[in-house]
Amino acid sequence: MARRLNILEHALSSLLRRKQKNLAIIVVYTLTVATIASVLFLTQSLRSEAVNVLAAAPDIVVQRLAAGRHDLIPIADAEQIRRMPGVGKVEPRVWGYYYDSLKKVNFTLMGVKDSPTNLPLLQGTFPANNEQCTLGKGIAEAYGVTIGDSLVLVDSSNSSKLYQVSGLFIADSELLTNDLILLQEAELRRFFKLPDGRATDLAVEVYNQREVATLAKKIKLALPDSRPIGKTEILHTYDTVFNWRSGIMLTLFASALIAFCILAWDKATGISADEKREIGILKAIGWDTNDVLLLKFWEGLAISLTAFLLGAIIAYLHVFFYGAGLLAPVLQGWSVLFPQFNLTPAIDLYQLFVLALLTIVPYIACTIVPAWKTAVTDPDSVMRS
Amino acid sequence: MILNPGILALLLGSSIAFLMLLYAAGLGLKILSAWDPQSSSEQQLLLERKTWLVSTIVNYAFGFVVLSGLLFIYTVEDIHRLFIGAMCATGALNANEIGWLVLLVKIILFFAAALWVSLNRLDQCTEDTPLVRPKYIGLLLLTPLVGLDLLLQYSYFSGLQPEIITSCCGSLFSLGNDSVASDIAGLPPAPTMIAFFICGGLFLITLVLSLGSRQAIFRYLLFFASVLFFFISLLSIISFISLYIYQMPTHHCPFDMLQQNYGYIGYPLYIALFGGCFFGLLPGLCQPLKKNPSLKREIEKRERHWLLLAFFAIVVFLAIVAWPILFSPFILLSY
Amino acid sequence: MPTLIETKDLCKIYNRHKPDELQALSDVAFSIDQGQVAVLKGPSGSGKTSLLSLIGCMARPTSGSIRLADKDVAKLPERFLAELRRDLFGFIFQQFNLMRELSLFDNILLPLYPTEISGKEMKSRADEILRQLELGDRKQQKVKQLSGGEQQRVAIARALINQPEIIIADEPTAHLDRALTEELLTILARLKQNGKTIIIATHDPAIYQQQELIDRSYLMHDGNLLEVERL
Ligand SMILES: Nc1ncnc2c1ncn2[C@@H]1O[C@H](COP(=O)(O)OP(=O)(O)O)[C@@H](O)[C@H]1O
Ligand SMILES: [Mg+2]
Repeated sequence: MARRLNILEHALSSLLRRKQKNLAIIVVYTLTVATIASVLFLTQSLRSEAVNVLAAAPDIVVQRLAAGRHDLIPIADAEQIRRMPGVGKVEPRVWGYYYDSLKKVNFTLMGVKDSPTNLPLLQGTFPANNEQCTLGKGIAEAYGVTIGDSLVLVDSSNSSKLYQVSGLFIADSELLTNDLILLQEAELRRFFKLPDGRATDLAVEVYNQREVATLAKKIKLALPDSRPIGKTEILHTYDTVFNWRSGIMLTLFASALIAFCILAWDKATGISADEKREIGILKAIGWDTNDVLLLKFWEGLAISLTAFLLGAIIAYLHVFFYGAGLLAPVLQGWSVLFPQFNLTPAIDLYQLFVLALLTIVPYIACTIVPAWKTAVTDPDSVMRS
Repeated sequence: MILNPGILALLLGSSIAFLMLLYAAGLGLKILSAWDPQSSSEQQLLLERKTWLVSTIVNYAFGFVVLSGLLFIYTVEDIHRLFIGAMCATGALNANEIGWLVLLVKIILFFAAALWVSLNRLDQCTEDTPLVRPKYIGLLLLTPLVGLDLLLQYSYFSGLQPEIITSCCGSLFSLGNDSVASDIAGLPPAPTMIAFFICGGLFLITLVLSLGSRQAIFRYLLFFASVLFFFISLLSIISFISLYIYQMPTHHCPFDMLQQNYGYIGYPLYIALFGGCFFGLLPGLCQPLKKNPSLKREIEKRERHWLLLAFFAIVVFLAIVAWPILFSPFILLSY
Repeated sequence: MPTLIETKDLCKIYNRHKPDELQALSDVAFSIDQGQVAVLKGPSGSGKTSLLSLIGCMARPTSGSIRLADKDVAKLPERFLAELRRDLFGFIFQQFNLMRELSLFDNILLPLYPTEISGKEMKSRADEILRQLELGDRKQQKVKQLSGGEQQRVAIARALINQPEIIIADEPTAHLDRALTEELLTILARLKQNGKTIIIATHDPAIYQQQELIDRSYLMHDGNLLEVERL
């Protein structure tokens, strides 16, 4: 034990003495870790955002398909579904997208009847009459309004209408309510000119989660033109998409990893005459090959841990405080999927573990042979220089 | 194929480990063909130095085998959500027929690599290094095993087909809903529990006998006790230990206990089991090597240490298993 | 006194079976008893350093035997040679071979790092040796800030830290002036008094004419060793 600690101490002091040389490798190592970590952290937090969103989502959403496209569903269908055993509440939902061509933002307009309970954390109240609305934080910021102010929206007959802001969402997961505007359901039908007796879709509650699949099948049988989508199905799809995306991005960054490996190899191979002499001295005064290998192991570990910690911290700041700005070009596909929002920090040990294996293993592999070459320096080399 | 960072890390790491081992095996071949301890030629010196390179590579590879086993389980746990009906890692492992095979190869690899590393340590402490030949033949066997591990992992992950909602049709439910069975049926708990504790007792008795005497027979007995106990323990984890840990009468998953929800109790449990069984195997495996006087000296120097480690590990393992059985309000046997 | 080191038919051939093959030592028979001081004389290139490196367990001979405390070390694996170097030998080199960027204190502790000696024991040993060599007040200074004489004493301190039985010095005075050579001789004499066995390779008359100090004197020429009558 004493031996290991002594050699560790010497490894650290010799690393510090050769700051210049090690700085380059630590910087590049850190950047490599930071890049890969940004991808991992970003996809992981998008994933957990999606899970948050879906936590509030209904177990099954039933849409209607007409000619292969999404169409309004008769509210009468809700009654038929509700009668199936195992089904709890069935709620027709009325909602649509609204595009503001001036601000160039897209958001969701949703109708409410009474106070909906599944939308959390409201400041103020839900719209109580046709002249009121409740906003998500993103929209409030985009228009610079708050409770008591009014908001102008242009309806489908192209006439403007003034709404008084009665409440704001201050949700944990911004993704959920960020781009949401709530109106009274009757007002929304008027706004979009939706016919009575039809809804955008039906939200179905299922008592036993294990029966979701069976119920979906039954719904499909009973209403052949419907498309039931289970919550878990959406989750799978998100998961698959995120896995796929981060995988692709990591593959893209493989070239960065390779460049880093080449540098690591180069640095480890090209040891200076000075360092060679020092290893020679150590061997002469009684260090064994094994001891020098241990010395090199500690050095590698110290470099790896430093770069790993720095890289992870940089990635954390980059993703959660600067919105992963540098990854934006690679992320283009996503920006359509998600509005502007701040990610909730979500990192687990698994991500860090993967990150460590992705970066440290190649580094070690690159330095084993050079470290060994150094370690087998002839002990008597110092007697003849 | 699913592209997931964990899968990428596994495949990348395993490929690197395999390449390094191939290189080490190449060196091993050279060492096997030219090794001559009587010679004082420069070539022999070079070979002697190369043995250090090989040991370093295998040591790192062993470390990687342990980590990659963990990462594999984590990753399977992470991707289980992609499979409809898979409730935990077990479900994802069932997703195609190779999953369990990967796990099996990883376990074999763990024991093989640990054995190699220990024998190498022993051998390097003797002046005449009598184990050079067996070691490097062993390395030639270890390398394909790492290759097999890589190959199986690749075919397992590339064979995974996650279900995706397509834009034209949301009803995936009709496809493969029941294709993934998520629970593994365990052995009946009561008899397994009895067998488990009897076997654990046997293990400890042979251990104590080995500690007290130099007789070879006890070491061989301990060897068999370790093998038996290892398999019975694995079966028991599925059959009843998991139930007590999760406090649920039907949850048999052997991996969930590695999660935070269960206080990471799986780590000490598995480390103690694998470590304890390995150190229980070692004295029996080394017994035939005692014919060589220098090895005998080294083995006898360490044996006590191994036995004590095994003893300690197995006691910890048994304690972790027994704790919830004795002290938790959950009563399994009435179910 | 028992024989501590004895070599028989010792040969060292560099670059064997290559065009630049060179026999540095041929059939060398060297021996020294415990507590003696031996000196190797001879011109540059005659094989003194080669012999010292074999005796000092830094390299293995091409053929022949080296008995060190009744154990043949000629064919030992390198790992055991390193162990012997760190347990039995203290080395003083021609160019002090110190690590210039490290402090004096760290330099002399280096031979003890690969041992299981506790940090406390290491420090107390180092303090004791530094006190004897009158370096105690400078122990945190970097080696490159020290004078030649001080560096010389640091090199000696490093050779003594592992409490070796045998001290090997290869041309220790080549870079020293008259006064420092005297100082070294005093230290060597003191070490001899303490019972250390000392082997010095040198072509400096200031050393090999020290009749008080030297018990055996060898002459090297083209890889051959001759024992010279006592001076
Ligand atoms: N590593 C080596 N490779 C090849 N030749 C060497 C090596 N070391 C020493 N020699 C040769 O061996 C001979 C003896 O050298 P050395 O032992 O250093 O003599 P001395 O110390 O008496 O000057 C010299 O001719 C030298 O060139
Ligand atoms: Mg010389």
